[in-house]
Amino acid sequence: MLVLEKNALSEEIESLVNQFGKDRSALLQILQAIQRKHKHISDFAQQEVARMMDIHPVEVNSVISFYSFLYSEPKGRNIVRLCQTISCDMLGKEKIEEAVQRELGITFGQTTKDKRITLEYTNCLGMCDQGPAMLVNEKVYTKLDPETAINILNSIK
Amino acid sequence: MESIKTLNKKRSGPVLFSEYKQGEGVKKALEMGRENILFELKGSGLKGRGGAGFPTATKWMLSAASNSDKKFIVCNADEGEPGTFKDRVLLLEYPELVFEGMIIAGYTIGAKNGILYLRGEYEYMLKSLEDYLELLRKDNLLGINILGKKDFNFDINIRLGSGAYVCGEETALIESLEGYRGEPRNRPPYPVNTGYLGHPTVVNNVETLASVPHILIKGGDWFRKHGTDKSTGSKLFSVSGDCEKPGVYELSWGTSINELLELVEAKNTKAVQVGGASGTCLPKSQFHRVLGYEDVATGGSIMIFNESRNMLKVLKNFMKFFVEESCGQCTPCRIGNTKLLEAVEKIENDDFTFLYINNLKELGRTMQVASKCGLGQSSPNSFISILENFKDEIFGSKGKGRKNG
Repeated sequence: MLVLEKNALSEEIESLVNQFGKDRSALLQILQAIQRKHKHISDFAQQEVARMMDIHPVEVNSVISFYSFLYSEPKGRNIVRLCQTISCDMLGKEKIEEAVQRELGITFGQTTKDKRITLEYTNCLGMCDQGPAMLVNEKVYTKLDPETAINILNSIK
Repeated sequence: MESIKTLNKKRSGPVLFSEYKQGEGVKKALEMGRENILFELKGSGLKGRGGAGFPTATKWMLSAASNSDKKFIVCNADEGEPGTFKDRVLLLEYPELVFEGMIIAGYTIGAKNGILYLRGEYEYMLKSLEDYLELLRKDNLLGINILGKKDFNFDINIRLGSGAYVCGEETALIESLEGYRGEPRNRPPYPVNTGYLGHPTVVNNVETLASVPHILIKGGDWFRKHGTDKSTGSKLFSVSGDCEKPGVYELSWGTSINELLELVEAKNTKAVQVGGASGTCLPKSQFHRVLGYEDVATGGSIMIFNESRNMLKVLKNFMKFFVEESCGQCTPCRIGNTKLLEAVEKIENDDFTFLYINNLKELGRTMQVASKCGLGQSSPNSFISILENFKDEIFGSKGKGRKNG
């Protein structure tokens, strides 16, 4: 990471800490904001959060490792999460799964080479009456068939 | 995608989906005063709708009685149980009920702050919910001296989860709000005394809070008319799986599984999983049983499986879910779920003895008593009920659950 980038990130975290407060109860909100923008929370970002909130970096890391929507490793620009719960499974999740993997040339858990998309599984999205469902970043798509799923993935940058 | 603005309210039902005008509930509550609210609520017999079924009036009374300068109302919108989506419908189509329930709770126990803990998967609702809160502020249903009531100040903010099923457990949810890993706490102390940041906190399910305005307007006795003696009122059921009409249904407690199946036009039904992955799986012979705290208790998830489904595959899906979502804090749940999943895989590969299976059922029963929170206490339910209720399919001579079967 360049020094300039580091400085920019530090400034950004500082403004987040100012916005949400230095109290421990603000930690998750701050991490979510970093995650939203950078798609992961780097070691440096974790250390900066810890320093500014006056807690041990291990505490920050342990919170990140607990929540499945927070990552400490770099991910793609878009995170696509396919629901793997039984209701979506019964409505044809496997077909979507196969089509998406074939189209992108990666398997679930991987990121495309151009860093455009990371594929993940997720548990129940609360769309069991309209499955199969998937989340693209925070947006939810329902009643998917392989073709619409691919079209959605092709439309994101 | 659904959004608050474009949706016409076409639903109808006995309680939650009945007529309601925004602001009515709060207005009535302020006229009634704290004691009468608690009295009406107690009379209604309303119990927690998340699944555990704790009497709501008792929870409110306990925290109303606690002495503290700060109290909190938390709305648990961390709906993560597989097959549950009723809170999605309430939050998108009936936000007024949920928020007014929170305001009334705040008034009753003397809290100034409300927090809606919205699961990370529902982040797409955040904008419309925030907009709705803004409208409530404009109408003085939130803010200072609400509806002219001197010294009644209350506001709500929304906090997001980050994809952890266990945070639906109330103490784990509080840990998460406090910026920690969402690991359940030992109870007691209960949140009604020692909750968020150590202050008395009421944590209620979305559906529980949404029932409150209706109860105050129409009365506890009216609420009691629906349902049964021990399970008063109505319940939202999230129906999915093999049926013609999946979706959210509001039905009186005491409805039988058979009646429900008919309503949603399910055919050739082999099994009904009641209460999500942590619930029980009922075979045909038990479809006469009724939904309610006295018979089949549930948070509302109903998953329907027809004759073509492989129950062992269903069970494997559930056990994988619990292995992923166990927080790992206590051993019975962390190791137990892994062992149960291993057993399902062994049955699949036809590599087991009945001694081994019986030992694992015993392990399941140990988990039910030894786990720290509801997750580990209820995760063996589907393992035990599926292996017992569908043993012919899984272990019988035609066992299609097995590879070589």
